[in-house]
Amino acid sequence: MARKPRVKVPSSAKKGDVIQIKTLAPHKMETGQRKNKKGKKIPRFIINKLEVTFNGKPLVTADLHPAISANPYFAFFNRVTESGSFKFVWTDDKGKSITTSKSIKVA
Amino acid sequence: MKYRTLYICTALLGFGLVVSCTPIVEEMTEVEKRAADPRNKTHMVGDKASGYVYMTSQTRDMQDDDIANPAFTWIDLAEEKWSKVEGKAGKSCASCHQDVNKAMKGVANKYPQYDPESKKLIALQVKINRERTKRMGAKPWKWESDQMLGMAALVKLQSRGMPVNVKIDGPAKPFFEKGKEFYNQRRGLLDMACANCHVDNAGNMARSNVLSQGMINGFPVYRLKWQKPGSVHRRFIGCNKQVRATPYKRGSEEYTNLELFLMWRASGLNWETPAVRN
Repeated sequence: MARKPRVKVPSSAKKGDVIQIKTLAPHKMETGQRKNKKGKKIPRFIINKLEVTFNGKPLVTADLHPAISANPYFAFFNRVTESGSFKFVWTDDKGKSITTSKSIKVA
Repeated sequence: MKYRTLYICTALLGFGLVVSCTPIVEEMTEVEKRAADPRNKTHMVGDKASGYVYMTSQTRDMQDDDIANPAFTWIDLAEEKWSKVEGKAGKSCASCHQDVNKAMKGVANKYPQYDPESKKLIALQVKINRERTKRMGAKPWKWESDQMLGMAALVKLQSRGMPVNVKIDGPAKPFFEKGKEFYNQRRGLLDMACANCHVDNAGNMARSNVLSQGMINGFPVYRLKWQKPGSVHRRFIGCNKQVRATPYKRGSEEYTNLELFLMWRASGLNWETPAVRN
């Protein structure tokens, strides 16, 4: 059983409101700089991309680099005008992705 | 401020007086700053201060926000485990204890506890494993595994905000005394006891780190250095290594006794599990 991402989106908002979205993805974020006990480099293994879409339209895209610590946390603001769902996709160096989504009701 | 001082100085010079420029506002000391910070209010009792007050404001932000605190991903995992049936008996934690929020409230204060079976103290982790093997017929978890860290944090989380209040009388008394002795015993190449840093020098710098009072009301903590949560016994191992002493094993008698003593030391402070420390 793997750990799951944590996302906070308000369940409802008024039209035109600015809401804060908080996200945290579980990941080791191995930098590629460290060596193991035998002196060999531990290969880089990080989340390199975060993509957030709202109703299929891109909202936030971020490229991540090795200096970011484990379990990367991102928070951002968005003005909402319609109901829909946010989709969050984190992609790591092995091409695997962690996906989650949250919906919001806008009145 | 500078300009004002300068202004006063030049004004006085203009009058042909002897000038002695003294700073008008005296700077607060670090201790006073910590005590004056409104965020620290719930983390200080009398002269006791949780490790929280020694952290930077960024680290405290992480702890104050349950989404930003990465330890909660381990707790989410443990919540799933809580109601997951495992082992030969076909039971989960929830089949006996039902709701974790109600059943585990205040349990953080009950461990380490005297165990008549082994005639020793047992830590919460030992108890969790005993329940797993005896009642559920499942495999025990390793001390520092994701599952164990998560479950210990989940159980202690239910006591968050309650003051630390542990039993040290009755059969636990001799173990408490042993823990106290360990705390004040000098050890390792550097010949230092726990108390030398955390009592004598709390608030002072050890290289670039501020020494805390060593209160354990936030364990298991998410430690930024480890990039994951860790048990208090892992912290003990780190401390022992830093004074060049041979550390004991996780779950050893010595560390469990020490844990009881440290919990008594922290009594009155609020539980903060899962805290964030650097």
